[in-house]
Amino acid sequence: MGKVVAVTGNEAVAEALRQVNPDVCAAYPITPQTDLMQRFTSFASNGKVKTEVILVESEHSAMSACVGAAAAGGRVVTATSSQGLLLMLEIVFIASGMRLPIVMPIVNRAVSAPINIHGDHSDAMAARDAGWIQLWSENAQEAYDNAIQAFRIAEHLDIRLPAMVCLDGFIISHSIERIEYLDDKTVSDFVGDFKTVNPLLDTDHPVSYGPLILTDYYMEYRKAHDEVMSRVSKVVLEVAEDFHKVSGRRYGLFEAYRLEDAEIALVVLNSAAGTSKDVIDAFRDKGIKVGLLKPRLMRPFPYNEIGEALKHLKAVCVLDRADAFGGSLGPLCIDIMSALYQYKERPIVMNKIYGLGGRDFMPSQAEYALNDLLETVKTGKVKTFKEYIGVRE
Amino acid sequence: MKLKGWRELNPGCVITEPGNSVEIKTGSWRAFRPKWIEENCIHCLFCWIYCPDMSIKVKDGKRGEFDMDFCKGCGICALECPGKKGNKAIVMEEEGK
Repeated sequence: MGKVVAVTGNEAVAEALRQVNPDVCAAYPITPQTDLMQRFTSFASNGKVKTEVILVESEHSAMSACVGAAAAGGRVVTATSSQGLLLMLEIVFIASGMRLPIVMPIVNRAVSAPINIHGDHSDAMAARDAGWIQLWSENAQEAYDNAIQAFRIAEHLDIRLPAMVCLDGFIISHSIERIEYLDDKTVSDFVGDFKTVNPLLDTDHPVSYGPLILTDYYMEYRKAHDEVMSRVSKVVLEVAEDFHKVSGRRYGLFEAYRLEDAEIALVVLNSAAGTSKDVIDAFRDKGIKVGLLKPRLMRPFPYNEIGEALKHLKAVCVLDRADAFGGSLGPLCIDIMSALYQYKERPIVMNKIYGLGGRDFMPSQAEYALNDLLETVKTGKVKTFKEYIGVRE
Repeated sequence: MKLKGWRELNPGCVITEPGNSVEIKTGSWRAFRPKWIEENCIHCLFCWIYCPDMSIKVKDGKRGEFDMDFCKGCGICALECPGKKGNKAIVMEEEGK
C-alpha cells in the first residue's frame, strides 16, 4: 500500500517522476518549476533513479534534447513554466509533430511583460494548440496522479503524443497538502515498460526523423494528427479506470461537482475549483441549485462530453485565469461556448477573468459570479458577457 | 508515383526505408539544363566532384550522361568545367527552349 504524506505539489510530482523512473530528463530551471526539477535531479544524483539527466543552457535546448532522446527510443520527461514554455515553444510543436510521448509537468505561471512569477494559466494556454495532450490538476494529489497517468496515455500505442500536466504555480506547487502516494512497485507496474516505436538507436532498422514535407503531404500529416487527437479521450478514460483499481481514486475527462440537478454552474480549471466548491456547498445549503464543472482533459478538449454535461443549465459562468487577447473571451470560455453551440437550447454563457499574475481567488469572487448567474436567470438579461473580477477600477 | 492517403503514413513523418530519397525525383525544379559537348570533354571529372547531387554519371573513369531525374540545373558543373582549349564541355541552356 502507499502512504499518506504532507508534501508540496512540486514534491509530489517529483516523487511521481522518481517512481516512473524515466530514461532521460533534460530540464532548465524556472520559477516555480525549479523546486520540482531540483528534487528530481537530486534523486538522479543520489542514485534513486536510473535517469540520465541532461543539464542544458535553455528551455529551447531542454526540449530539443528531449526530442532527440525520445526519438532515440527513451522514456523522457522535462518540466517548465511560463517564459520557459514560451522559449521552447518551437520545439514543443516538433515533439508533437514527431509523435514523441514526452511528459512535461507545467507549473502554471503568468507570462511577461510585466514580469511576474506567480500562478496563472497564460503559459499553458499559449501552448494549448501545440498538438500535445493537456491534463489539468486541482491540487497536489491530482498533479501526482495525473503525472503517473500521463505516461500511460502519452505512450499508448494508439496515441504516441506528448503530454503536459498542469498545476498552479505556488498555490499548488509550493503549498503543503495531505496526499496519498502509491508505492513504487504499484507505479512501475502501472506505467509498465516503455515500448519503443521506430527508435533511432535501432541501427538494424535505420530511420530518419524530421524530413521536409511540402505541399504534397503536409496536410495528410496534419489530418493524421487531428485523427489521433480524437482517440485520446477514450484512452484517458481507460487509463483512469485502471488507475482507479490501483489507487481508489476516480478520474474522468472532467469533474462534475453537484452538477446533475443544477440550474446554474461555474466552469473553472485547477486550484480555484477547490475554493469554488466550498462556495457551491454554501449555496446548496441555502437550497440554491448550483454546480461546478472542472475540465481535466483540456487538450484534446472533450467538446461533446462537456456539452452534454452543461446543456441542461440555465446559465454558466466560465472563470478564466488567462485572457485570450483579441479573442474577446478567455481561452476556456471560447471552448465552453464552442461545446454548447451545437445545442438549439443552451445555457447563457458569461466569462469572468480572475486571478491573473497569482492574485488570490477569494470565495467572495465565486459568490459574486454565482449571484450574477442567479440575477441573469431571473431577469433574462446579461449585465456583461466578459468582465475582469478582483481588479481595481 | 501515386501519393498515399493520410491513413497510410508513418506516425510522426518517420522514414523507415533508408535511402528512399532516390524515389523522389527532384529534377523538375530545374530552370536551366546542362548540355554536355563531348568533343570538348577531357574527362577530368571536375563536374563529378563538384556536383552537389550526384547527377553526373561516371563509368570506367569516363564521364557519362547527366542524371536529369535529380539535376537541378545549378550550373556549378558548367562553371567549373575547364573544357578543351577554352571551349567548355558543359553549357547551360534555358529549359523549354
